[in-house]
Amino acid sequence: MTDELFTISTLIGILHSCVRLATPYLFASLGETFGQRSGVLNLGVDGIMLMGAFFAFYVVFEGHHLWVGVLAAIVVGMLMGLLKAFVSVTMQALQGISGIGLYLFGLGLSSLLFKTLIGSVEGVSGFRQVGIPVVSDLPGIGHIFFNHNALVYLAYIMVPVSWFVINRTTLGLKIRAVGHNPEAADTLGVSVNGVRYTTMMIGGALAGVAGASLSIGLQNVFQENMTNGLGFIAVALVYFGSWRTIGVLAGSLLFSLVNALQLWVQALAIPVPSEVAVMMPYIMTIVVLAFTARQIQRPAALARSYERGE
Amino acid sequence: MLRRISLLTLILLLLLGACGRSDRESDADAAGSNGEPFRVAIVLPSSTTDIAWSQSMFDSLKAVQASMGGEEALKIAFSEGMFRVTDASAAIRDYASEGFDLVIAHGAQYGNSVFEVATDFPETSFAWGTSSDTGAERGINNVFAYGAAANEGGYVNGVVASMLTQSEIVGVIGPVAGDAKLYIDGFIRGVTGVKPEAQVNVTYTGSFSDTSLAAEAAHVHIQAGADVLTGSAQQVVGAIGVASENGIPWLGTQSDQISLGPEVVVTNQVYDWANVINEMIAKIKSGEYGGTAYTLTFENGGLRLEFNEEIDIADDVKDAARAAIEDIKSGAVEQLENEE
Repeated sequence: MTDELFTISTLIGILHSCVRLATPYLFASLGETFGQRSGVLNLGVDGIMLMGAFFAFYVVFEGHHLWVGVLAAIVVGMLMGLLKAFVSVTMQALQGISGIGLYLFGLGLSSLLFKTLIGSVEGVSGFRQVGIPVVSDLPGIGHIFFNHNALVYLAYIMVPVSWFVINRTTLGLKIRAVGHNPEAADTLGVSVNGVRYTTMMIGGALAGVAGASLSIGLQNVFQENMTNGLGFIAVALVYFGSWRTIGVLAGSLLFSLVNALQLWVQALAIPVPSEVAVMMPYIMTIVVLAFTARQIQRPAALARSYERGE
Repeated sequence: MLRRISLLTLILLLLLGACGRSDRESDADAAGSNGEPFRVAIVLPSSTTDIAWSQSMFDSLKAVQASMGGEEALKIAFSEGMFRVTDASAAIRDYASEGFDLVIAHGAQYGNSVFEVATDFPETSFAWGTSSDTGAERGINNVFAYGAAANEGGYVNGVVASMLTQSEIVGVIGPVAGDAKLYIDGFIRGVTGVKPEAQVNVTYTGSFSDTSLAAEAAHVHIQAGADVLTGSAQQVVGAIGVASENGIPWLGTQSDQISLGPEVVVTNQVYDWANVINEMIAKIKSGEYGGTAYTLTFENGGLRLEFNEEIDIADDVKDAARAAIEDIKSGAVEQLENEE
């Protein structure tokens, strides 16, 4: 039985699952990276995802184009980010607690809107799997990487884009400065609050798309609390990735790989108790966190609100 | 200081916004049986629209309400999304103290809470499931228990799956090992009863609500060669979406799931609790507050197999399904007794 796991077609299947499963984690944790690099911890990602998932679904359900749905998720995500920024940056609320509040708010509001506007679980026709011409025909790799829906590709495109913005642009420089030493940044004329508002909105937009990737990309339904705590794992993945985009990518892929692996192990009836299989991704995460928890990259001002001294 | 206070208020508001999710009607006094509406409260682990376990009970309650003559005859209050047992426990106690005639705790995990509250409110009737334990042995006589013989519909869906599959590989997406065991065991028996050489691949996501993993499990089954899928719990919405996208037949259980995959959902085993609810109400009105355990079966009409009328299903498939139901009713299918 175990031999079956090591056939080429199974390995391709596992990696294909892994690439697809990583999509919502990537969007959400890249967004969270922006926020944390600027010193704001947002635990409300899951709530923003739910709002994004709902609005994307609702817009498509009402007959609009899929990309309009994505746009709706972005706008709603930015508004949620704005709310988080107002509470955590302007009002200087404890970032952890207010993030939980935002999560519960998103969970409650998305459920309420779902009940009022739709009422029952319905399906829509979401983004279809599209093979990229030429490369999708490559043996093995073609299927693994180039046979997905548009939002999956977008998630991977966002990795270098986020890296570029954070490491190679003026905005990125300001984000890093504000996250490491807001006082110094302020002295140099950088608007600490302005930067933090910006990162919260970028993070919100990406979390919104993460939600959309579920409701109109990977599952094509909306159900209350459909993220099932995925947003919290995304926050953990930022720590896991030591606040670097490449680390976040590695973390998302690793977590998804183990998840894909456990599903395949079960589907192929390899004699591992399903409880053990289900635990695998989490055990893996804890083990890797224990060994790689480097705090060097940690933004020094993370989770600290900034008040200008006179 | 002012800033801190306004901030705390805002956070509280946010929290309140999220928590106010139960719908209670507490206007009426303690109900009598004459003239006053009968009042039922229900605590549900997931949403009333989960197209699975919770929805099956909620829809049945609504149907009973309609047949009794609407809100004047039957008042329904509900708290949904009570996946935390402590929250559910508090809700059960609240409803009991508000004087509801029947408090339904719709989850096996609520058992301890039910018995605890039931001892404190001997004049109130309680019901819970999946279980067959009414507490009668411990001297408690105001608790009903209920469950569904999910293995029966599992068996019939299995027979249907065996007739639909060409690859002779069928995929099952379970939630938590153990919970859906009855359904899955019945399903495997149904498949292998008709096609002993067919392979049934079973995966568990480890969660009732992880729709992402359930969706991916559907992908995995399809890639592993399955050409018919089934699964249980509210997580399956994700999987039905994937089945739909790939044109893979889906066999549903618990509630009607056709709306999610109008073109791929072939059959649904639907739990119809209406008879159970009616019987409990009748007993309570006659002064019997508990002590009976109910099981939904094809025989007593609590289980129904519904075909999707919008798609073409071959007659021999329908005939085989109907024959399987008759076999179960007549006891011709061995060892498919309702163990609980």
